Amino acid sequence: MSNSSSGVGAAKIAITMNKGKFMEALAETKSYVSLQTLPGDDVRQLMWRFADRYELQMLVQAARNVARGPVARLVAGGGRNSHEWTPDKAALLPHFDESGITAAFLDPEQGGFIAGPKNFVLALIAFELAWVDAGAATCSLAGNLGLAPIHERGTPEQRAKYIPAAAPLKPGEQRKQIRAAFALTEPIPFVGVETGMLAGKVRVADWKSGCEPMLQVDKRGRFITNMGFANVVTAAVDSDDNRIKGSCMVVLEEGYPGIWDRGTPTKKLVHQLSSTNDPVFNLRVPANRIVGGYTVKDGVIVPNYSHGEIIEAVFRRTRVTVGLMTSAKLLSAIEPIILYQRRRFRGGEGAPGTPRYELGIQQKEDALHRLVDIWATGEASASLGFAAARLFDELDSLEKQKDQWLGKKKLTGRAAFKELNKKQTEALELLRIMSRPVGERDHKREEELQADPLVKFSMLDSLANVLCPACKLWNTGHGANMMREAVSLMGGYGITEDCPGFLGQKWMDAQLEATYEGPEAVQRLQLSITMTNELFLAQFEQWITGMRRIASDRSGTGACTLATAMQLWLWTLKHVQTATDADGSKLYHKSRQGVTFPLADALCWLLAARQFILDIAELDAKGGENPAVAESLPGTVAFFTDLCHVQTARAAGEAGRICAEIVHGYNRHPAWDETSCHACFCASELETLEGLIPGIDGSARAYSDVYESGESHPLKAGPCVRFDGLEAFVRLRAKLDGCLTGCRLAKDRAAEALTKVMTREALDYPA
Amino acid sequence: MNTVYQIVVCAGIVPDPLQTLEPVASPSGPALKNEMMLPAVLDPWASHSLYEAANLAKHLPGSKVWLVSLGPKAKLQQVMMTVAQKVPFELVALDGPGGGFTEAAEVAAMLAEAIQAIPGLDKSKLLVFGGWESASRGAGATMQMVGERLGIMDQFQGVDELKIAADGSLEILERIEGGKHQISKCAGLPALLGWATGNLPEPKNNPQIGMVNMRTVMPALQKAKPVKFAGDGLSFVNVALPKQLRETRIVKDKSPDDVAKEIIEWIKK
Repeated sequence: MSNSSSGVGAAKIAITMNKGKFMEALAETKSYVSLQTLPGDDVRQLMWRFADRYELQMLVQAARNVARGPVARLVAGGGRNSHEWTPDKAALLPHFDESGITAAFLDPEQGGFIAGPKNFVLALIAFELAWVDAGAATCSLAGNLGLAPIHERGTPEQRAKYIPAAAPLKPGEQRKQIRAAFALTEPIPFVGVETGMLAGKVRVADWKSGCEPMLQVDKRGRFITNMGFANVVTAAVDSDDNRIKGSCMVVLEEGYPGIWDRGTPTKKLVHQLSSTNDPVFNLRVPANRIVGGYTVKDGVIVPNYSHGEIIEAVFRRTRVTVGLMTSAKLLSAIEPIILYQRRRFRGGEGAPGTPRYELGIQQKEDALHRLVDIWATGEASASLGFAAARLFDELDSLEKQKDQWLGKKKLTGRAAFKELNKKQTEALELLRIMSRPVGERDHKREEELQADPLVKFSMLDSLANVLCPACKLWNTGHGANMMREAVSLMGGYGITEDCPGFLGQKWMDAQLEATYEGPEAVQRLQLSITMTNELFLAQFEQWITGMRRIASDRSGTGACTLATAMQLWLWTLKHVQTATDADGSKLYHKSRQGVTFPLADALCWLLAARQFILDIAELDAKGGENPAVAESLPGTVAFFTDLCHVQTARAAGEAGRICAEIVHGYNRHPAWDETSCHACFCASELETLEGLIPGIDGSARAYSDVYESGESHPLKAGPCVRFDGLEAFVRLRAKLDGCLTGCRLAKDRAAEALTKVMTREALDYPA
Repeated sequence: MNTVYQIVVCAGIVPDPLQTLEPVASPSGPALKNEMMLPAVLDPWASHSLYEAANLAKHLPGSKVWLVSLGPKAKLQQVMMTVAQKVPFELVALDGPGGGFTEAAEVAAMLAEAIQAIPGLDKSKLLVFGGWESASRGAGATMQMVGERLGIMDQFQGVDELKIAADGSLEILERIEGGKHQISKCAGLPALLGWATGNLPEPKNNPQIGMVNMRTVMPALQKAKPVKFAGDGLSFVNVALPKQLRETRIVKDKSPDDVAKEIIEWIKK
């Protein structure tokens, strides 16, 4: 019996079976270990590296309860359908306070309950809230964003005054809880375009000798989150007075003399559970509210930090959590789509036990393959986001050590930069040592460099400068595209308000995530600079070797494919840094965004896929230690391995396409002119030569252009392109195509697994 | 009143009720398909008793709550990440099977042994709480047997309310047949109460409570005693999920009175 006839036969037999028998029959036809249930907390804790941190596990549960309880009820009840900050929306704030979400940002001595860096903590909260509604996540996180300038760069006095005051009130405590907002964005013409230019102004209002100067702050904000209820605002302003130097951020409090106008609610179509207004401030503020303090030099107030320095320190952390919001949406879409697909035809024709009844739309390969793509994207983006968040946690303490070191040496500005460059050189030296075989290393020097926290800082900083924009750009940008795909898999249901999992709303919300805290162009611009950092590229080269090593143990992950794609990307980057286009213009230039931006996009694909592979390797290595995971581990790992393969193939495809376009696309295509036709042959000429050089006719036709007698040239654009100088690229590209071998088989297996995986009877939140 | 109570709550874990539950045959008897992989929750009936216990302890300074829980250690730990944030307690963990396919007598013996081993336990202050039913497989007998083994004669099942009088006596509202309640009076401790739903809502998660509880929860889980059941004499003839019964009619233009009459007729049947 042929394969195709047995497939049809199996389906016919199954009609007479009950559900259990049908599934057994299906399992017999293709039996392999695969995913049994949707991944639970145990699996996620291992993959995302918080299996040993119970305080985070508790926080996840607390945030989940809020998300799938009051937040979900509010969304299901139409709470998103207004621009205003309504009492129903405001009622979420006490839930955030009571569950620990608000205090998670704070250190224990400030009223919090989690010690140490908070990047990963906040990432988990954002993920859990965005699983249901990202507006709720934004609402919770925007308060932290408002305080972040003080947290990152504030004076000790400012930190002591404002940060603990944000802690939720304890029973019986009488004080006003601070709810903060961050005011950077301004009305047009500058809105969302250029954060370096500020229309908001600060000038000296009064400066009595020996007293604190009083400032007059004039700021109009646009799209300011939390502004419907915030009582403290950190505002970016520029000097409008020659007695104040440059720009700064200033803390504004409700109640200061002057105008505190919350303004009108922004008519946004997304994230409606967060309050967004266009406020107007004209307030008299003591100068000690300049974030980070100031010094007076020659009668001029010099802020210790410009607004640019502060927002750089703030955004490089908070952007990661935004990226994870979209990851949560994608992963949250899997279960509702499976439930919808399986139940699509129930209630119509087809009895229980038939494929139509049991599998519904899951009988169709396309529906399954598209869902596999969504899932793979969600996993890769979550892996990238959480890795970036963990990296920032690691970096935080090193950054403090770096600041202390520079402070001790009294180094600032260029001098500090120079010193850090030396550390970067040492970091490169360490990488070179580590790339040698163990026996050939200078161990003393290796130990010395490894013990230097500033060397480590340099290495991690170069990674953070890439991972943060990569996560923000790829997770949200490509994530929004995949959310559209998720919506489409729900048919007409997807674009209704009552779509299970709120997928339509999530799709719209993803677009905001791609925009705020620096839209996609800003992230690409940053990447185009940071991805060329020598130290990053040295580590990237080591990652290629690392992927090959993983591939030798876990060939099914596609790690080898990814390694080749990474090699291709690196080759292309190095090539474009020296190459010119057909007109002799430089290819890699900050104004040449047609080159730099797509290469940044390609890098993001590779980074996300790589991190996904690393997370699966971690799950596989540690899963056996947890009895709750061990039983299902082979199936879970097998499924995730296939999902990885799907994602790496897609990433390799994207990178290959982009690199090929850039490498070839800036060369002019040969035309039928004298310059290009010198290698062409005439058919009659070849006939003559064949007698002298046997085989030349075939070779010439294979490698060159031949025009027949009577023709001026063959009917095509011009002679085929020659790859002089690009042979290495062409070889790599061909190799990459070959590396895709087996990726569609992996997709078939993953798709098959989706038809069998156990789901809940209903979602655990209302819709 | 300055009574100090020692309240021991017996509460197991069960698969999240939203999960698809499919009985399967395993080498050791009936089981639920993929049970170890399904997310678990504290048994809802026993959860009510935990909230009641915590509420009682909160109002009687010096009183303390222990949570005695039998289940696979790894699953227990996951459940504790939520439960430990609800109310203050000290965990006594037993590492054993958590499904509904264990013999109630054996479970009761293990629980009673664990309770007796709690250091400083004073029977004159002891209240044992638990659920009168279970969301996994309600034998409806486990708590009674725990009480018997502990020598507690005053037992109440289907409890919805407990009031403590000034003299320390207990007034207990128990569910009985026909949707009615029975009020019982109990002179003093020890007593065992198998709770129905009680009257308290599920407490909100409180991370401060969670952090305090975790100081004892994690060590308790680490030293959880492994428990094995002999299962002697236990056999299952059949295992099946309760059948869903759905009788839906779409009726238009019927007055509320007529609808009410029909419901009353249906209840009388």
